[in-house]
Amino acid sequence: MESEYGAENEQSPPAAVGRQPGPVAAIRMRRDADLAAALRKRPRVGEMIIRYVLLFCGLVSIFTTVGIVIVNTTTAIEFFTVDEVSPIDFFTNTVWRPAAYNPDATYNPGLIPIGVLPLLYATLFTSFIALIVAVPLGLGSAIYLAEYAPERVRNTLKPILEILAGIPTVVLGYFALTFMTPLLQAIPGLNVQIFNMAAPGLVMGVMIIPTISSMSEDAISSVPRELREASYGLGATRFESITKVVLPAALSGLVAAFILGLARAVGETMIVALAAGSAPADLLNNFLNPFVAGETMTGHIARITGGDLPYDSIQYRSLFAIGLTLFVSTLALNLISQWVSRRFREAYE
Amino acid sequence: MTQNGAYAIELKDVSVYYGDNLAVDKVNLKIQNQKITAFIGPSGCGKSTVLRALNRMNDLISSARVEGEVIFREQNLYGPNIDPVEVRRRIGMVFQKPNPFPKSIFDNVAYGPRLLGIRNRHDLSDIVESSLKGAYLWDEVRQDLKKSGLALSGGQQQRLCIARTIAVEPEIILMDEPASALDPISTQAIEELMKDLVQNQKFTIIIVTHNMQQAQRVSDYTAFYSIRKAEETEGKERRWGVLVEFEPTRQLFESPKSEETERYIGGEFG
Amino acid sequence: MNTDNTQNTPNPENPEQAEDGAPRVENVNPTGGVALPDLESFRKRLVNRQRRGSIWARFMSLSLVVAIVALLALAYNIVDAAFGYVLTENVIEPTEVVEFVLTDVRNDTTTDPATVDLATLGASELAAVLREYQEPRLRVYIRDFLSVVPDDEFTQAPIRESLAGSSFRGQFADLTINDLDAAEWTLILGNNIPQDRLVGLVRTEVIGERILETWSLTESVTGFAEIDEARVAAVEGQNPNARLEFRSWLNINFLISPMSTNPAIAGIRTALLGTLWVMIITVGFSFPLGVGAALYLQEYADDNWLTRVISTNIRNLAGVPSIIYGLLGLSVFVIALEGITTGRSILSASLTLGLLILPVMIVNSQEALRAVPPSVREGSYGLGATRWQTIWRSVLPAAMPGILTGTILGMSRAIGETAPLLALGASTFLVVDPSGPFSRFTVLPIQIYQWTSRPSDQWRSLASAAIIVLIILLLSLNAAAIYMRQRFRRKLQP
Ligand SMILES: Nc1ncnc2c1ncn2[C@@H]1O[C@H](COP(=O)(O)OP(=O)(O)OP(=O)(O)O)[C@@H](O)[C@H]1O
Ligand SMILES: [Mg+2]
Repeated sequence: MESEYGAENEQSPPAAVGRQPGPVAAIRMRRDADLAAALRKRPRVGEMIIRYVLLFCGLVSIFTTVGIVIVNTTTAIEFFTVDEVSPIDFFTNTVWRPAAYNPDATYNPGLIPIGVLPLLYATLFTSFIALIVAVPLGLGSAIYLAEYAPERVRNTLKPILEILAGIPTVVLGYFALTFMTPLLQAIPGLNVQIFNMAAPGLVMGVMIIPTISSMSEDAISSVPRELREASYGLGATRFESITKVVLPAALSGLVAAFILGLARAVGETMIVALAAGSAPADLLNNFLNPFVAGETMTGHIARITGGDLPYDSIQYRSLFAIGLTLFVSTLALNLISQWVSRRFREAYE
Repeated sequence: MTQNGAYAIELKDVSVYYGDNLAVDKVNLKIQNQKITAFIGPSGCGKSTVLRALNRMNDLISSARVEGEVIFREQNLYGPNIDPVEVRRRIGMVFQKPNPFPKSIFDNVAYGPRLLGIRNRHDLSDIVESSLKGAYLWDEVRQDLKKSGLALSGGQQQRLCIARTIAVEPEIILMDEPASALDPISTQAIEELMKDLVQNQKFTIIIVTHNMQQAQRVSDYTAFYSIRKAEETEGKERRWGVLVEFEPTRQLFESPKSEETERYIGGEFG
Repeated sequence: MNTDNTQNTPNPENPEQAEDGAPRVENVNPTGGVALPDLESFRKRLVNRQRRGSIWARFMSLSLVVAIVALLALAYNIVDAAFGYVLTENVIEPTEVVEFVLTDVRNDTTTDPATVDLATLGASELAAVLREYQEPRLRVYIRDFLSVVPDDEFTQAPIRESLAGSSFRGQFADLTINDLDAAEWTLILGNNIPQDRLVGLVRTEVIGERILETWSLTESVTGFAEIDEARVAAVEGQNPNARLEFRSWLNINFLISPMSTNPAIAGIRTALLGTLWVMIITVGFSFPLGVGAALYLQEYADDNWLTRVISTNIRNLAGVPSIIYGLLGLSVFVIALEGITTGRSILSASLTLGLLILPVMIVNSQEALRAVPPSVREGSYGLGATRWQTIWRSVLPAAMPGILTGTILGMSRAIGETAPLLALGASTFLVVDPSGPFSRFTVLPIQIYQWTSRPSDQWRSLASAAIIVLIILLLSLNAAAIYMRQRFRRKLQP
């Protein structure tokens, strides 16, 4: 060891003059005899493998999206080709009854009405009810939290909204069916069916309050202070400043929040699956009546897949046509929401 | 004093760019072995940039680009096929703000040796002990090596960072304002430690400092950097750093060659 | 509201607007005599304006009150159904069963049967009870619990084959089940079926508790008179043995009993185990993937198109409805990869949920990595660490508390998910404990869905008991997240 060190020290004189090399330096000195070689870049294979493994992890999310798109479109295309359902009929026929399909018979639009409209209608109608609840309440609580509530109150109230946001939706479905529906039925003068669109709509409204509230609060708090102060300086009361200055300034942020809330309501499954019933809405006789049953797109997918469905059937394939419709519409809503809120942020940054 | 090949590191026309902006222009320097060299100069003149160029820390900033040559024991560190990781194992760095890892004192010091594959607990203990002794920290922490490095005082943390660096026994230690975040007593301890590291433990140290007394107290050589400005179109200004003067410390402070240096050490700007 | 106002109209630099504002009255009437009534009316208007503002402010705070009321109503609604009086009737009283065991099996006539719990009886004693009360069905129990051959071959197959894996006397090996007698069937039952299963069997088959009527907690508290009337009516009518008892639907038996067609004895054992299995595999799958992706994006990726595509994609995946993941899982994991996952298995469910929570895991991990100060990385690189060494030894340990907290939050999302598992085809009626990744599965939320969608009150009560369990699980997860965050913080930063 000593002699080895001494011998090599002569080849690399300046560095270690006089210093007793410790164990680390001793290890290195042997290699540093040829410093050029020691410094030379060697491919670090392990590092490279790790990099690609991590890249793969990142790509999994892409695979997921691609998977969703492929699975839904291919099966939906089969639905339109193998089962010969015309897309026009699918999107315009007002009756949904693919269960009447007889595997031996060929598809016949008159016999097997297969229009997605009733499901789409129920989805939009329940979501609309949800928005009617959630927009004023979510916005109201956002304004209160951002503009009025003292720090301490805010710190206690916000966790409550977080708890609300964390409740599994199957529990909210239970709530809609066993609490909200009886509550509506108790209102005199209303003819509320056991399964109806109003109760799940209202409960979905409660469900998206946290989403709308927290996004709106962000939008409101990012309105520059100067705007507010300018308004106060002109003699406006606090409420006037909020409605005439802050909210208009935050408008696109708020709209983004509402759209995101809508997207969540459209995609929500368990609440409607439990409380909205399993019959397609009757568009012809009960249009816009919230107190009758109306199965939504999500509720239909959940109910049919939950049963023992044969994987090679028109019902199975029809689910993917619905799934594609659902995926495209929620994706569009999300993209619009992001676009609107990005424009909003650009206005202030 | 200056013998052939006795330089610890040598800069030849080193320029550093951040993106398209020139930060430091053509620095030429020969750093002496087993001495303390101080970099002084006004804020933003590129002292840290030059320092970080010496062990290729600038590689971590994606916009940074270095031109010129940094010669370390006859090797150009910016030559083709040089592994920056290998460079940093020989040229260590201590930062302005003490940055111990959120680990125990022991693990902080053992970090570097473990990187090099030393696993044996006994060897590690030896290294940790000698490094902490070398950093004047051993007596204060020997009782409780399992304590988090973050539980130490600021000055102790900085000495822990020095211990961590000397544990890998680099040939050169770069220190970027190592005492500027510390109180006077801790500063004094660090200064004593630096002198000891050079005189008794035979390290070479390059230190960036804003404190000219400190430069005078500890360093053997001093490099003074300054800022050059040029008007660009639309009243925009371009600024970059240059090396103005590099002399033995006493000479630089007592009889500076450049008027700019004189004004700076006289406290007229900066 | 005037949308044209957006962003720049309320212009503080516009002096005209200042005069346009509220105190205009004074400006128009600068002379004292006329100004006074106007000032008066301005004050009045101001008071009105203030009042209107405060009314609206109250309305806004009311929106939060609505949210809180909704939460309270939810809690009330669940608790209301989970506790309350039930009118039950046993075909045979448990004390009678215990008495039979004491006198006929143990020859012990001194112990009071009321002091012995049915659940403490031994396996052979329980088998004897089955023989005493249900002798004709002993073979059915053997077939249901122990047979390894198809049901229609059970009576013809030699015991060696039909009961392979069970213990029985060697001389029976070549006989069929019908060649044995009741004593021998009893022996086989007592020797092979675990005691807790036998207790359940005795409960269902011998005691046969039936719930005749259920009352909510509110009804139990406020309307005991009516409840008692119902009891009297039942006793005098069809159900002489009917008994009124205050029942907590959430009880030990509920936790440890499997699903049953009889609500009196149905439990969530299978669903709890299923949830446990699914969660373990889900996290085992999505934790490394999520952290890996976050590391790539945060520590490796340059700002190029691929990185941007990945990030945008993750953001959008977070908004995909969960039922869509169900369709993905159904056609990929259940159908296309059936050879690997065996179809509707715990593994398929876990992979689907893993993909579902992946965006959450990635985003949370990224945030935790971002929170690690750059000085930690610099310190490590300055000692000559490679990139991976820096990540593995410095960055990851420092980010771990944040990553784990994010993981737990992802878990609490997954544990309550129902829709995708429904779409995968979770089992609706499963009594066999899951034994591994390839078992068929049911989970707690599925069980809740099942019970909620049945029309009678008894099932609703079971659903609410299961909801309480689910919510307790969720709360413990969140508590664990908070605890972990704090403990790590204390360890690292005293
Ligand atoms: N990461 C970076 N990206 C872009 N420009 C940078 C970066 N780091 C430093 N600069 C620029 O390079 C110039 C030199 O900076 P540097 O930090 O080296 O100066 P300094 O002399 O160390 O200053 P100080 O005394 O304040 O530490 C400055 O103009 C600075 O703005
Ligand atoms: Mg600096």
